Amino acid sequence: MSVEVLTFFVFILAIFLGFELIFKVPSMLHTPLMSGTNAIHGIILVGGMLALAGADGTLERVLGFVAVVLGAANVFGGFMVTDRMLQMFRKKKR
Amino acid sequence: MSTPIALAFLAASVLFIIGIKLLSSPKSARAGNLVAAVGMLIALVATLPLMHVSAVNATLIVVGVLVGLIVGAVGAYRVKMTAMPQMVALFNGAGGGAAALVAAIEFAGHPGSTFFVSAMIFASVIGAVSFSGSIIAFAKLEGHLEKPLTYPGQQFANGGLVLAVVVLGVLLTSTLHSIPLFVVFIVLALLFGGLMVLPIGGADMPVVISLLNSFTGLAVAADGFAISNLALIVAGTIVGSSGTLLTLAMCKAMNRPVTNVLFGAFGQASTGAGGETASGGTVKPIQADEAALLLGLGQHIVIVPGYGLAVAQAQHQARQLADELAQRGVEVSFAIHPVAGRMPGHMNVLLAEANVPYEQLIEMEQINPQMPRVDVCLVIGANDVVNPAAHEDKSSPIYGMPIIEAEKARMVIVLKRSMGKGFAGIENRLFVRDNCRMLFGDARASLQELVTLVKAG
Repeated sequence: MSVEVLTFFVFILAIFLGFELIFKVPSMLHTPLMSGTNAIHGIILVGGMLALAGADGTLERVLGFVAVVLGAANVFGGFMVTDRMLQMFRKKKR
Repeated sequence: MSTPIALAFLAASVLFIIGIKLLSSPKSARAGNLVAAVGMLIALVATLPLMHVSAVNATLIVVGVLVGLIVGAVGAYRVKMTAMPQMVALFNGAGGGAAALVAAIEFAGHPGSTFFVSAMIFASVIGAVSFSGSIIAFAKLEGHLEKPLTYPGQQFANGGLVLAVVVLGVLLTSTLHSIPLFVVFIVLALLFGGLMVLPIGGADMPVVISLLNSFTGLAVAADGFAISNLALIVAGTIVGSSGTLLTLAMCKAMNRPVTNVLFGAFGQASTGAGGETASGGTVKPIQADEAALLLGLGQHIVIVPGYGLAVAQAQHQARQLADELAQRGVEVSFAIHPVAGRMPGHMNVLLAEANVPYEQLIEMEQINPQMPRVDVCLVIGANDVVNPAAHEDKSSPIYGMPIIEAEKARMVIVLKRSMGKGFAGIENRLFVRDNCRMLFGDARASLQELVTLVKAG
């Protein structure tokens, strides 16, 4: 099995995993869940860092830098704003 | 990639999965977010040894991460809870943009075999669509471009654009490795993302954001293929598939097929149909003192909060009123429509911010059977979610949407700024019902007045 096929294998399994994970989530959690998964796709920052690390030439550096800034904003902002939402959920249980 | 690093990425992926699982239950949701954040930290640290980096690039990476961190943190902590959906849209757009850029850099620098190029092409087009679409969604939620933009032949124009993007994508993958053509390709994709969202009404933006969120996930997964990183594939794919399911769940809450949301041009249908105040009745205003009296005399009061409450920042006053009434032995509950506010669950977040006890928040399905026994239903800045046209008027664009049946309460008091239409842009025949009274004014000021009057009375 080639690496390409193996990664495709993982990809297909992950599709089903994603469906299973959020089956039957109460609607009150839709917003935090959307926000939380939004933060998780911020893992693109890893891709941005690798791309910028290997960049040569001004254009590649500029594009890579913008990718890193956007990715970092996605990942850090995403987790923080989700936490801020969920913090309020906890408060009301008192 | 060495084994320890690969295992670190595996650990990160597992933590993402556990995190999402915990996010699906109210009790563990906050822990879930933290678990996912720890996973992210592991993934970022595991990336460091993978980079063979020059001093210039290292500096750029550090500065870039810091700038993103500061922008993200300021955005996340400064945003008002009412503007939460916009913020999520922006963060999502950022992720989409990053995904497109990473793919673009890979395409320019290390194209590789057809397999890798097709992944790059896919990531760049989906990322670009998500980026521009999210920006338009943000603008719409901020109140710009709120009206759906439609013109004759729009579907054909968009269809043509999709065709052009697909043809270019296939060309770029199979035969031509041309940078200028790639630029044209990206520009068309950006254009399409914006044009796809423009005709969709502001009320449907949550669905759009959820869809674009799953788009970004898929773009990130495709980038994972392009740079052979399994953590990107797993994280992106899970976000993509769970986001798709979430989008469908939201559409279900509004009882509309997703195709209707995306291509139905909500506003288009509403301009002609359902525009009349069908019963031809007149609205009956009420003064605050009389409203306070009615509230104080009730046994069971239901408050229906809507986006108007959030805009007026009146959630604290609503809670005060509920507390004041509860102290007098009145049973008070808040009826939450699944799509109240601007996003499913948005209203729960806002009321939680105001310390409304969890037990007082009742979901639509539970409150509707009780409605005939409710003395006063206090509707605060909600409109479409209590519009009986959803049950009665087949020509109405919201026909079939489940609503909170406020009209079945003995008395309905609607707090409203003016006789404007709801977010969906249609008349509300609840307001002309015999058992309905309108208390005009800013929701916050009206509620403050009611609190004072109930206290005194």
